[in-house]
Amino acid sequence: MMNKSEKTALLQSAGATKEIEGRSLWRDARIRLFRNKAAVGSMIILGIITLLAIIAPLLSPYAYDQIDWGYIQEGPNWENGHIFGTDGNGRDLFVRVLYGARVSLAVGLLATAVSLIIGVTYGAIAGYFGGKIDSIMMRFVDVLYSLPFMFFVIMLMVVFGRNIFLIFVALGAVEWLTMARIVRGQTLSLRRREFIEAAHATGVSNFKIIFRHVIPNVLGPVIVYMTLTIPQVILTESFLSFLGLGVQEPLTSWGVLISEGAKVIEASTWMLIYPAVFLALTLFCFNFIGDGLRDALDPKDR
Amino acid sequence: MTAMTAPDKRDNAPILSVRDLKVHFPIPGKGPFAKDRPLKAVDGVNFDLFPGETLGVVGESGCGKSTLGRAILQLIAPSGGQVAWLGKDIVGIPHRDMQPLRRDLQIIFQDPLASLNPRMTIGEIIAEPLVTHKPELGKDEIKTRVKRMMARVGLLPQMINRYPHEFSGGQCQRIGIARAMILEPKLIVCDEPVSALDVSIQAQIVNLLQELQREFDLSLIFISHDLSIVRHICHRIMVLYLGNVMELADRDSIYAAPRHPYTKALISAVPIPDPEIERNKERIVLTGDLPSPLSPPSGCVFRTRCPFAQEKCATDVPTIDRVSETQEVACHFHDSI
Repeated sequence: MMNKSEKTALLQSAGATKEIEGRSLWRDARIRLFRNKAAVGSMIILGIITLLAIIAPLLSPYAYDQIDWGYIQEGPNWENGHIFGTDGNGRDLFVRVLYGARVSLAVGLLATAVSLIIGVTYGAIAGYFGGKIDSIMMRFVDVLYSLPFMFFVIMLMVVFGRNIFLIFVALGAVEWLTMARIVRGQTLSLRRREFIEAAHATGVSNFKIIFRHVIPNVLGPVIVYMTLTIPQVILTESFLSFLGLGVQEPLTSWGVLISEGAKVIEASTWMLIYPAVFLALTLFCFNFIGDGLRDALDPKDR
Repeated sequence: MTAMTAPDKRDNAPILSVRDLKVHFPIPGKGPFAKDRPLKAVDGVNFDLFPGETLGVVGESGCGKSTLGRAILQLIAPSGGQVAWLGKDIVGIPHRDMQPLRRDLQIIFQDPLASLNPRMTIGEIIAEPLVTHKPELGKDEIKTRVKRMMARVGLLPQMINRYPHEFSGGQCQRIGIARAMILEPKLIVCDEPVSALDVSIQAQIVNLLQELQREFDLSLIFISHDLSIVRHICHRIMVLYLGNVMELADRDSIYAAPRHPYTKALISAVPIPDPEIERNKERIVLTGDLPSPLSPPSGCVFRTRCPFAQEKCATDVPTIDRVSETQEVACHFHDSI
């Protein structure tokens, strides 16, 4: 035990001494993540792809919907500026791949964000309150799960017409179900922990307990699942576009480009290879980042 | 060790009166048509707690100590009985009316690290009760109060931005105490606050609690299974067995002259740090295990393990008899054994 003089010294020094910064679990995770070479490499590559997508119009003299009548379905050629070649309509493939990246990445990020917000809130509420509320909320999720996804998308398209925002809605509306289940499971194991009980005993409201104590502690698995959802969403969008349900011409996405390229695979391979390489690279990167994050956020699980 | 003088009860009304408190958990029966069976975790507990007093609650694992503590704070809804806080019954009152009372009722937990949110700095953790109950305070004022309380419980105030995993068990328990104390409550339920700590740290934490009690005129409900610590800190001691009170007496009477056979067995099991006395002392060894609280024995719940059990014990539930001014015991034969 401290004696009186030490204690008064402590009391006097309160506020006077410089505060020591703690190392949060987030910071520990960040340090571990940046030690992971595959994850860092993936982040760099993804960063480059994103940057290219953003500054796409500045990189090429051609617009994404501009037809170059002199070069229809020509192979890659550095001299005329069509470095990835042109498609069947004489449009520059390089610019189209980058515009496709815009759509694909935007769909991936936005649909995931939608699923994240709905899924985390829904799952945390269901898991935290438990009992009947939990049963009703999760049965609702089960019902939505049982709806065939393609049927759902086609119905939306029929009713509202083809629209890029509809794809966000449709994908987000499907992806949040799994997110809600993950968060609910984590919350169930958290809500009996003593720090939640301490918050209860203090009189913190349920709403604040969920947002201040529950959600920050379930974020680890959620972030990992999120990095795996993004490629899944991009892939689903590509699949929808491949079927002709996705974005509308002349706007494009990687799925549309691959679908067009696949039709002419024998005559002009470049039309398939370039968008496919970009898509595959992006998916790999997200998966590596997901792996890295999982190891960083839960070092015991390795 | 400091000499403890029990606060004078006659001058004060009790701040907490617990009457016939019951906590029964429904356990789903087997088979589709079976009824739920009640698990009687706490079954009819009575006691008063006075300002500045420490009440020890002792008993084996699973006897309902922690459940009792949580039921008093309304963290578990009691199934019956009364908990009168400052004369007003708080069992089953609406959530909205309970919230303002919580600033006077706090709890300290057994596992110090698990009771702190790993994603928050200790400054945020200790400030949470302040932020909740005194939203009018400014950021600087909250920070000053948190630092003052940290210094008071023996933590360096410049550690305010650190995270719980950067502290030892004893320091974490000090953080827990600081969080409980920041609103200067009137009652703290200490749920085995030292059983997860080293012996040397235990003494520090217990002494800290005693200091704070004197300084702020705190009442403590001290749940423990360590009889030596209970003897050190508590003014009165309540012995629980299967959710029932066996004996309730002030510290000196219960250690000098335990009247209930269960209390006698518990106290005879406390080791004495002297090999001569330890070797020659008489130990009452209880046989068997704690019966299931789903099907407690008829009559006196302790009779299945009681060396003095007689026929009457199986049929009649013993009433709590006042054997002296400071001692109550629930046994049919407390005079003869």
